[in-house]
Amino acid sequence: MREKIIEGRIWVLTGSDGRIIDDIDTDMIFHNKHLHITDISEMGKHALGNLEGWEDFPEKAEKGDIIIAGKNFGAGSSRQQAVDCFISLGIRAIIAESFGAIYKRNAINSGLAILECPGISGVGLNNGDIISINLETGSIKKDGEEIIKARPMSSVQMDIYQAGNLFEYGKSMGQQQD
Amino acid sequence: MGKTVIEKIFQSHSGDEIKAGSVAWIDLDVRTARDFGGPNVVKHLRENYDGNYLEDPEKTYFTFDLSVPAKTIKYAINQQICRKFAKETSMNIFDVDEGIGTHVLIEKGIVTPGSTAVGTDSHYNILGAVGAFGQGMGDTDIAFAFKTGRTWFEVPETMKINVEGTYDWPSTPRDLTFAVMKELGSSGMLGMAAEYYGDEIEKLSLDGRITLASQTTEMGGIIAFIPPDDNVIEFMSRRAGRYVKGVYADKDANYVKEVHVDVDKLEPMVASPPKPTNISPVSEMEGIEIDSVFIGSCTNGRYEDMLAAAKILKGRKVKKGVNLRITPSTKEVWAKAIKDGLVDIFINAGAVVFTNPGCGGCAEGMPGLVGEDEVELSTTNRNYKGKQGPGKIYLVSPATAAASAVKGYLASPDSTGVKD
Ligand code: SF4
Repeated sequence: MREKIIEGRIWVLTGSDGRIIDDIDTDMIFHNKHLHITDISEMGKHALGNLEGWEDFPEKAEKGDIIIAGKNFGAGSSRQQAVDCFISLGIRAIIAESFGAIYKRNAINSGLAILECPGISGVGLNNGDIISINLETGSIKKDGEEIIKARPMSSVQMDIYQAGNLFEYGKSMGQQQD
Repeated sequence: MGKTVIEKIFQSHSGDEIKAGSVAWIDLDVRTARDFGGPNVVKHLRENYDGNYLEDPEKTYFTFDLSVPAKTIKYAINQQICRKFAKETSMNIFDVDEGIGTHVLIEKGIVTPGSTAVGTDSHYNILGAVGAFGQGMGDTDIAFAFKTGRTWFEVPETMKINVEGTYDWPSTPRDLTFAVMKELGSSGMLGMAAEYYGDEIEKLSLDGRITLASQTTEMGGIIAFIPPDDNVIEFMSRRAGRYVKGVYADKDANYVKEVHVDVDKLEPMVASPPKPTNISPVSEMEGIEIDSVFIGSCTNGRYEDMLAAAKILKGRKVKKGVNLRITPSTKEVWAKAIKDGLVDIFINAGAVVFTNPGCGGCAEGMPGLVGEDEVELSTTNRNYKGKQGPGKIYLVSPATAAASAVKGYLASPDSTGVKD
């Protein structure tokens, strides 16, 4: 069973004006010039490589980190690499004001924990803060205190997350049927 | 509180309680992959599961429609990967002779009103034409659907579209579709389901319904349902070999919003490059010189579309210097067009190529692309830069396309003097 409570250091995706960036599309997350890469371990070094001010993210990020993003994160194309590049770096979760519809599907199907949290950009979180998130209740805590509540993961999303990814979930379904 | 069409269809395919905003597991009646996505679906299945690949081969299909027959070695190899997999697993395959997958599913009664279906095709929501749920997906999602026969959905909210007023020839269902797109724009249905109502909607033939449903993706919609009338129910029952029923919204269903589209005395319309929602009346654009014309695609490749073109081309000639290509969407349409003498009319009109059924130039899969500086009138669904080659694409109805082919410039169908 994967943990339902995740604790980690955060990266808040802000622009040069200090404000959280909305509408980060899949080309900013994983540029189409790298689309030929099929090996997940190779994808991490291009994560956010086309997002101004964040080109060095792959060097700064550490396993277990959490990303905080604005509205419509992952808009644009359906490329799976835009999710896999974060998995490649060991990112544990992404919390955003909202996600692009296909991005959300792809992230859940890959077993990346994602939470939609309207209002997250206004609670004063900073790079390097340590937060804990409860995927089941949506509760987000800093220094032991709840600072905001995200929409909890649905039971379907939790099932896939617990299995590891959509294919692993498919295997567990097969076993139930046999 | 009553339910919308999508809530009802999902409810009947799920053990979960369905309402807009919830996430649910949905059983899939049909799952398909095309010749482009198919090889990757096979790859995922072979990598992730050993041997036991399909929940139900009977409900699983390959539908080849993009490069038919294969135009390069790469496509040929990819199709062969699918054929071998189909043979090994006893799943179904509609090969390079059959035509556009979604149309074939309707013609053969495989998808019926109220069905749930997924496939590797961004215009899979065409199935809303018969009141079925269809959703296009990537190859990971489709591989999972092949394996398990189900998938998860966030149940979308539904908007209601009331089409008001009536129109006559020379406007056609494609022009009605343009009117809806002009009103809603490229994100008017974003993330939503829709339901269409109104007198002209009820009058639409199945072919007209397919045209309207084929533009759901261009407005950002997930699915748009056209409630099946008696004709559609009768047709689908005949094709499915059993009595089928439509799924209709409850009177007290909950809609996020309601929009009105006025089609009273609608004129023929044209969508100028580079956006399918860049729409104006043909009368305002008349006279644009053209090099080529394409009639076909999942939007306007039905028999009625062939007939509209034939009516105008009968006894007339395509303007010298213009080439006209016609690609029926399926083998059934193709055969009927030959049997009824439409192809004779096309050939006598000159400069016409009548090709194998499928997507035609729409997907770069088949011959029929446009060169640099070439101006084409097309009945396909997208005129984005590069979609059919580097030239400029204007989208029009088959009637407008045929009339313009005769004139050599963009012209309304009534400029040829043809009456309905
Ligand atoms: S005709 Fe074009 S849009 Fe329609 S299914 Fe084929 S490739 Fe897609």
